[in-house]
Amino acid sequence: MKAVKFLGLFIAAGLLAAFTIAKPAAGYKVGDVATDFSLKNIDGKKVSLKDMKDAKGYIVIFTCNHCPYAQAYEDRIIALDKKYKKLGYPVVAINPNNPAKQKDDSFEKMQERAKEKKFTFPYLLDEGQKIYPQYGATKTPHVYILQKTTKGNVVKYIGAIDDNYEDASAVKVKYAEDAVNALLKGKEAPVKETKAIGCSIKA
Amino acid sequence: MTHYIKRAALVLLMLGFAACKGEEGSATEEPAPKPMKVYKKNGISVKSYDYSGLEYFLTKDNDTTYVVNFWATWCVPCVEELPHFEKLNAKYKDDKVKVILVSLDMPKMVENKLLPFIKENQLKSEVLYLRDPDANSWIPKVDSTWSGAIPATLIYNRDTRRFFEKSFSYEELEKEVSLIK
Repeated sequence: MKAVKFLGLFIAAGLLAAFTIAKPAAGYKVGDVATDFSLKNIDGKKVSLKDMKDAKGYIVIFTCNHCPYAQAYEDRIIALDKKYKKLGYPVVAINPNNPAKQKDDSFEKMQERAKEKKFTFPYLLDEGQKIYPQYGATKTPHVYILQKTTKGNVVKYIGAIDDNYEDASAVKVKYAEDAVNALLKGKEAPVKETKAIGCSIKA
Repeated sequence: MTHYIKRAALVLLMLGFAACKGEEGSATEEPAPKPMKVYKKNGISVKSYDYSGLEYFLTKDNDTTYVVNFWATWCVPCVEELPHFEKLNAKYKDDKVKVILVSLDMPKMVENKLLPFIKENQLKSEVLYLRDPDANSWIPKVDSTWSGAIPATLIYNRDTRRFFEKSFSYEELEKEVSLIK
């Protein structure tokens, strides 16, 4: 009887799940192999992950010009690149927004912003909005840390840069840095996934 | 045998729901928590909460259906759909539907963007300001499926809770509310 009850519960849980889960979330999970791409950089040249031959991995950040949450993180993204590019984990920034829907995120405005802020990393436009859905990015900023392996570029961390969008000096946990530091030591990221508020991607 | 198991599952499900109902029926409404701060300008005032304070507004246990919209003045799709929430709030005012607009503007924008926006657009729905920068700690509590992108909307009452990470037309919004009301 006990076993039957258990089975019953199990089925009940299954039924509930079937009715409440609308659709499986698209995009990568930690452990998946991420696609490479060939996207136009602000200097007009195409950039792919495979071009960065010395990289041990990548800090791929979907970000943009117009979003205040993205702006709040610009200096921290530059700092990440400065610190980790030389250690083998460069930042690769991708603007996923359709400039027709969000004028401030046009290619020309990206060039302006990168120049103003002296970006040290590629700032790519996801023309046709084809790459971000494969990653499963939903907002800006949205970070994917990839590790180069024989299988391909494996997703090791997804989420926020740190735990305080408002004030860089009040940050307690630097999720992205902690993840890269662990990977550099041959370990797994201590926190593999986090959530953050951001501007929905305008496709 | 499978029939028996299915039946057992159904009975268990029903028992589960009945138990929940019983608890909800006896609950009494608690007073609203004290805001962290009240921002005031030109006759407009907005209460600010961290997530532990805001949670009260996301878990009310009474006969009203709450439509909680997460937005910000700089979020274009949020601002575009605000009139639909305002219309819903006005239309169902006497019909136990209440809209709560939770702003996620940056702190420095509250006085120079949010308060003037409320005045200019004559927003009638209740506006709250959520100031809790450790978003990873509270986003999953609002809904486990929320990635953190806005606009996002929670529609709930004591029986049902549904979450949407998307923009709404007025028709879609009214339909979702009618489905759970």
